Amino acid sequence: MVELSHDSRPIIGRGPPLTAYFLALAAISVGLMVADQRYHQIDRIRESLSRVIYPVQRAVDFPFRATDWVTGSFADRSRLRQENLALTARLRLANLQLQRFAVLEEENRRLREMRANSAGIAEKVLVASILNVDLDPFRHRVLLDKGAADGVFKDQAVLDGDGIFGQVSKVNASTAEVILISDAEHAIPVQSNRSGVRTIAVGTGDQNKLSLPFVTVESDLQAGDLLLSTGMGGVFPPGYPVAQVSKVKRAGSTFALVEAKPTARLDQAREVLLVWFKPRVEPAAAAATAQPVPSGTPADVPATAAPAPATAPSPETVTPPAQAGGE
Amino acid sequence: MFARRLLYWISMAAGLVLAIVPLPGWLDPFRPDLALLAMIYFVLTSPRIAGLGYAWLSGLFLDVLRGMVLGQHALGFLVVGYLTHKLQLRMRMFPIVQQAVIVMLLLGLYHFLMFWIDGLTGHGFTGWVRWLPVLSGALLWPLVVALGDSLTRRSS
Repeated sequence: MVELSHDSRPIIGRGPPLTAYFLALAAISVGLMVADQRYHQIDRIRESLSRVIYPVQRAVDFPFRATDWVTGSFADRSRLRQENLALTARLRLANLQLQRFAVLEEENRRLREMRANSAGIAEKVLVASILNVDLDPFRHRVLLDKGAADGVFKDQAVLDGDGIFGQVSKVNASTAEVILISDAEHAIPVQSNRSGVRTIAVGTGDQNKLSLPFVTVESDLQAGDLLLSTGMGGVFPPGYPVAQVSKVKRAGSTFALVEAKPTARLDQAREVLLVWFKPRVEPAAAAATAQPVPSGTPADVPATAAPAPATAPSPETVTPPAQAGGE
Repeated sequence: MFARRLLYWISMAAGLVLAIVPLPGWLDPFRPDLALLAMIYFVLTSPRIAGLGYAWLSGLFLDVLRGMVLGQHALGFLVVGYLTHKLQLRMRMFPIVQQAVIVMLLLGLYHFLMFWIDGLTGHGFTGWVRWLPVLSGALLWPLVVALGDSLTRRSS
């Protein structure tokens, strides 16, 4: 009885036996996975592969961007007018608040200087747009069109116009992957704006829900409280809105069941801000950090510090960057 | 032969692109692994072209595209490619429905591997939704065969 070979490759030049080939490649894959988890040399391989892949991601993104552009440029006049009116109204309101803000900002800066502590004011922002690419339906990650070439670094904070959006988890040559605050693997230290209670907000895998698992039954939190970032851990700048408490249930004996809704528009944002800031300054260095920006006229200070998208400056306009995010 | 090779690479690239195209939310969990189905199809119809190296490489590209642990999809593609090579003499004889069942088993194995590695690397997602691509992939198999047959007939 003749046994048929499963190996249908040409007999001449067929290379190693199929099973040996399989085992070798499987060993390489396992090695790659282990190396990727443990060591960072592998990042270079990933980066060079991502260069090859970048055009593909761009190509996928292109039709969506083109549709946006087309609908944008052929929008009818009445809609544009309406949009314009709404924006003007919003701008008027924002300007009104900004006037007060300029004074407060200056006062705050003076107070902080007295305490020799100018921690955590966003110094430099860079606008990045989200590529229309679907990474994984079960993980909340997005891809930005800015990468190492633009000075983006790992663990950099990402904000949108309404609050904290996420942090950079992988940096490629010209793209960066961001993990959203709603990802089940993400946690962020927060503080209630009303009562000052500090806790941690953990992602749930649902874009409209964060969970606060470490709140005791007695702690002073109630629905409607705004949760701000504390700046602990040095990743996020302090004082930016993260979420609004949506549900507090004091059922158990120790921990309350608390849920919050992120203020950032995690599922709708098209453009986000990458933020550079100083996590903490040594008292000795504080004198030297009275930088050219704050010493300008108070009126133009907010333009560099506010996370408002309208004022997002180009990276060159502001102060020497705190690139590494800490000293 | 060259045309067949080109077709293989083009369909692979198309499969990879379709793996990251944004879909509407409710459709997203059903996204079939078209690159994997294309690979299975080519191993069955032209095993001299679709070798393990190619399968592994396209898996690796998928890893980079989706930002997964490097080697995860590569290993999945490799295992499915190897098993298909082992089974191809039998599978080519099967009627299409039976073929779809085998493909479903292969996809199930692939997704189990992905699930397992996800768990090991700490990205575990345990919802039943993650097994939907196995079903949608098996249902799409006859379509993939029909499309592939009409394309290869033209190219060769």
